[in-house]
Amino acid sequence: MTDAAAVSLRTVGRTFANGEVIALQEIDLEIEPREFVSLIGPSGCGKSTLLRIIGDLIKPSTGEVIVNGKTAHQARLDRDYGIVFQDAVLYDWRTVARNISLPLELAGWDRGRRDARVNEMLDLVELTGFEKRHPWELSGGMQQRVSIARALSFSPALLLMDEPFGSLDEMTRERLNAELLRIWQETQSTIVFVTHSIAEAVFLSTRVAVMSPRPGRITEIIPIDLPQPRTNATREDAHFFELVTRVREALHGGSGRDAELRLAEAE
Amino acid sequence: MSGYSVTPVAGERLLGRTMRTAREWLPAAAVLVLGLALWEGLVAALNVQRFLLPPPSDIIRTFWNERAVLWGAGWYTFKEALGGFAIGCSAGVILAVLVGRFRLLRTAIMPYAIAANAIPIIAFAPITNQWFGLLNPLSKMVIAAVLCFFPVFVNTLRGLTSVHPSSIDLMRSYAAGEVTIFRRVRFPNSLPYLFAALKVASVLAMIGAVVGEYFGGSQEALGVQIRNSAALFAFETAWAAILVASVLGIGFYLAIALVERLTMDWHPSARAAE
Repeated sequence: MTDAAAVSLRTVGRTFANGEVIALQEIDLEIEPREFVSLIGPSGCGKSTLLRIIGDLIKPSTGEVIVNGKTAHQARLDRDYGIVFQDAVLYDWRTVARNISLPLELAGWDRGRRDARVNEMLDLVELTGFEKRHPWELSGGMQQRVSIARALSFSPALLLMDEPFGSLDEMTRERLNAELLRIWQETQSTIVFVTHSIAEAVFLSTRVAVMSPRPGRITEIIPIDLPQPRTNATREDAHFFELVTRVREALHGGSGRDAELRLAEAE
Repeated sequence: MSGYSVTPVAGERLLGRTMRTAREWLPAAAVLVLGLALWEGLVAALNVQRFLLPPPSDIIRTFWNERAVLWGAGWYTFKEALGGFAIGCSAGVILAVLVGRFRLLRTAIMPYAIAANAIPIIAFAPITNQWFGLLNPLSKMVIAAVLCFFPVFVNTLRGLTSVHPSSIDLMRSYAAGEVTIFRRVRFPNSLPYLFAALKVASVLAMIGAVVGEYFGGSQEALGVQIRNSAALFAFETAWAAILVASVLGIGFYLAIALVERLTMDWHPSARAAE
């Protein structure tokens, strides 16, 4: 079944500064199609680096990365994934519609097909009527929705998201969480999602990979067995809180053990 | 039906906008009128010598009476400035593109570019006059070109390279190569920087051409006319010629600002114009 995996990481490591800084060490992770996997951990644990390695935007120092059954490099050249960053990264000189159609232009779609798809996407992220606006005329949440529409416009099987809602207020974030789940269901895509919000990771994911820093590695993978579709009621479910607690303990457990070890060494 | 209701509303809106524009410009216009009146009054009251400072009324009279000669000279010099501007700005943009693309070139050239920027280029005017000939417009164009080159080069390079790293990552995720990234991201990103530099260069080009002419040139040239008029105590003519140079310089600047407004209607600064 391994070659059917959407993403397969085998003993992936990454060092910086001529090997002096170990950003990632011995990462093994298999992500099946249609999964929603969150990478969670404190800053400096290498979760964004790992996401960029999956997208072939950073090369791993060691190990192997397979995306859609091919090398990460080939997958990037084949435009197999869409990516969303913490900042919307929209181009000011393009209207909302032309920002969404950028990947379609690069893929050589003709005008008619592009326009039709842009309208579908605007509908999907509920921004119909804003196509002629420029990015700086929109709120942060709307900009991020444009960015998601752009990433989905060419129907990639895989969506990589690097703290996409990190700079938004809590209410906007919860609304976009629900929207993202709806889009995930509708598009049947695989999502790898970087976050440092425990509640967000539990609410969205089918699995949560907990990471620890120095060197960055995956310490625990927690399956999230909350029923689908998830709604605002899910957030008030007792099992939701149990899972939040499990992820929190996994996050703190790592550093707690480290602290005990350091204490033991000091004695 | 709708025609009746729309026209007066549109008319009112136009009137309102005109009034608003007038109110914005009024303080500046008042300062101009007041300044000129003060100048005229003080020159008369303090009995200032004509060669020190002629009254504005005399300058404007000369500006009108000698308009054919003055504007002919202005046009001659403006062509030099325009030629130098075209050469210098093109060279600046081309070199910025090359230096932005090849890191090795950047480390090799940048220290000299920054050092050369500190040289008072106008000091070379007598030398370019020798190189290309006193009467050859090219001798003034070269000075104007060198003056224009540096701000355009430095600013364009900054615009091409100050792209958010995520913008480049995004393009790479679409399998875009360097040429596509340049065309779709780096070049549009550099436009605000480029236009800021072109506006500065337009002013520098006029300065370069006029000052270059102070060291000698065709009798038709504005700089030569200013120098000769001052030497012959025809100060009203000298001042009127300076006025021509100023009008041409401001016109040049505004023309570039207009092109900027038209090409960059997407820019957030266009909001202010709404």
